[in-house]
Amino acid sequence: MTGTERHTAFSAWAFLMPALLLIAVFFFLPVLAALALSFTDFDIYALGDLDRLRFIGFNNYLQLLQSPLFWTALGNTFYFVIVGGPLSVAVSLGAALLVNSRLIRFPGLFRTAFFLPVVTTLVAVAVVWRYLYHPRYGMLNYGLSLLGVEPIDWLGDPDWAMPAIILMAVWKNFGFNMIIFIAGLQNIPTQLYEAARIDGASAGAQFRYITLPMLGPTFLFVALMTMIGYFQVFAEPYVMTQGGPAHRTLSIVLLMYEEGFRWWNIGYASAAAFVLFVLILAGTLLQLKLRRRASL
Amino acid sequence: MMFSLSRLFLIVCAILWLTGCDSSADRPVVVEFWAMGQEGEQVRALLPEFERRHPDIRVRAQQIPWSAAHEKLLTAYAGDAMPDVFQLGNTWIPEFVALRAVAPLDERLNAWPTAALDDYFPGILAVNRLDGQTWALPWYVDTRLFFYRSDLLAAVGFTEPPATWEGWLQAMARLKTLDDAERYAILLPINEWQLPVILALQRGATLLRDRDQYGDFQNPRFREAFVFYLSLFEQELAPPVGNAQIANLYQEFAHGYFAVYVSGPWNIGEFGRRLPAAVQAHWMTAPLPAWTPHLAPPGEKALAVGASLAGGASLALSRTSPRQEAAWKLLEYLAQPEQQARFYQLTGDLPARQSAWNDAALAGNRYARAFRRQLQHVQATPPIPEWERIAHRIAYYAELAVRQQVTADEALAALDRDVDRILEKRRWLLEREAAR
Repeated sequence: MTGTERHTAFSAWAFLMPALLLIAVFFFLPVLAALALSFTDFDIYALGDLDRLRFIGFNNYLQLLQSPLFWTALGNTFYFVIVGGPLSVAVSLGAALLVNSRLIRFPGLFRTAFFLPVVTTLVAVAVVWRYLYHPRYGMLNYGLSLLGVEPIDWLGDPDWAMPAIILMAVWKNFGFNMIIFIAGLQNIPTQLYEAARIDGASAGAQFRYITLPMLGPTFLFVALMTMIGYFQVFAEPYVMTQGGPAHRTLSIVLLMYEEGFRWWNIGYASAAAFVLFVLILAGTLLQLKLRRRASL
Repeated sequence: MMFSLSRLFLIVCAILWLTGCDSSADRPVVVEFWAMGQEGEQVRALLPEFERRHPDIRVRAQQIPWSAAHEKLLTAYAGDAMPDVFQLGNTWIPEFVALRAVAPLDERLNAWPTAALDDYFPGILAVNRLDGQTWALPWYVDTRLFFYRSDLLAAVGFTEPPATWEGWLQAMARLKTLDDAERYAILLPINEWQLPVILALQRGATLLRDRDQYGDFQNPRFREAFVFYLSLFEQELAPPVGNAQIANLYQEFAHGYFAVYVSGPWNIGEFGRRLPAAVQAHWMTAPLPAWTPHLAPPGEKALAVGASLAGGASLALSRTSPRQEAAWKLLEYLAQPEQQARFYQLTGDLPARQSAWNDAALAGNRYARAFRRQLQHVQATPPIPEWERIAHRIAYYAELAVRQQVTADEALAALDRDVDRILEKRRWLLEREAAR
């Protein structure tokens, strides 16, 4: 290494150091500490006196796998991700296509309107949606009654609570992905569409053979971010149902929160966090792999 | 950084000492005081008088929202930043005792005249005692009883609320068929644990067994109470709904969707504010009904009042506080009957000392009378840190059973299994203690 090179390397490190230090102190250290905690039974007793802490190896993980509550939460989370994720992406794409269409007037107005739920406080949204979902006075049931549908107890019926949460979450979140899709759409050169039209391609064929392939990278980004975000679903069930009725909307993060901050079972909650981490990692790798195979 | 700051501090102290500017002798002691929600805000009005009586003490009152209070106290404890005096929900006392975060009070209380301690509601004071020590002093009290629509009850032939469950069952059956309005007799949110537990305590169940080391929910007494609770839903006297589904409780009560609601003193004020004027003359409070001879096995007599839960909040001293003397003075001041009465006027919270109930404002509140009777009949839930978790499991299995997804026996067996697992650490600790 020459003197200049060494000098450059030194400057690079000097510039990187503050960020690296912050990441180390506020990210890697806590993550490692949590990993260590997940092998102990750290709880309220241990908080009072460390002498009451036991190192229990993989017991937390074993207990987690044996707990019906964990499997319920896992099932609910997968339900939310598998139904809510694609639905959210599809709605975002649909909205982006509509807003981006040349037939539409005032696209700026619609863009803003569709983006509004994203920036609205969830708690305020939840209050309104709770009224919409009310079995006797709710607007949703009123609308359905006009079609002759019997009233549905959206948040109280164990079978309807999760669809209700998904519907609200999709409405709340689709605006963000829509903006990203619009950016993606605007990056597609118009010549491609012109050439296709000259060749006589229908609108459907244009969408299938130009829009979708050109949106590939955007799609991957949106799908990944949505999946990661939806795996961590917490706030929606927390404010709408607190995990009820009968734990049918309990998600993994909500379970983690309850175990960790309500019952102070920090060890057990840390184990749940690492299981979720592994799940998200696996999901991400799977998507990347599928994507790569598709683009080959 | 920390090191250099503390060193700087030492140097500054040394300079102050050398130059003779030491003023700590005439500087008042500052007592840090944490109280929750509304209480934290209103208690400030009582403090100027305290500071006038104790010119050498200043109080810094910090208001903590209820929703974050438990976490804040725990993190303050973990971070060694506990306030000198703090409010504790009754059910948290065993937890903070297990944490060794609160100072025992018996030595100080010995200086009190016995009449002062006897002035507290005995059931409430009992919650503050654990392992033969008093750990906190009751500040205000609450318990649960019936809020009912007196006009609807009169319409079915009851001018006075019945004193027993048997009487109430009759009244409720008639309420259900009073007219063709959609109506239930009683609202019992199915995600709450309180009523099943109250019924079990009335029936004489202990909930846990063997020094609170195992669940005792398959005990016939608990089972009997649990089956009775479920029957209220099977007979459609209570709607199978949770808290989140009642969008506006007060509106529903005013419409007569249900005639009875089990709640605490905070709703005296809320009902007064939120019910429409037309309903104001038609609601009342009544102590919980007693388990009746008909429901109990022969030979057991019904009490005049059924037991309810000992609730409320207490004041505790931090074990590590260097200002315990001053902090104790604040605690004593807030425990005086006059201050308790003033606190009631400020907040509507019911005083823990019975002599404060003779205050004109409280004696004149007709809705509070039932509470005074009920507070003579309150029981504590098992005094262990795990209780809230256990209560949460009770609510869960009760909800499943109400929804008929499991039978009563399946629910109770599962409950015992879950609770035994929750108490595993407690058993280990007790075992280790015995071995030492």
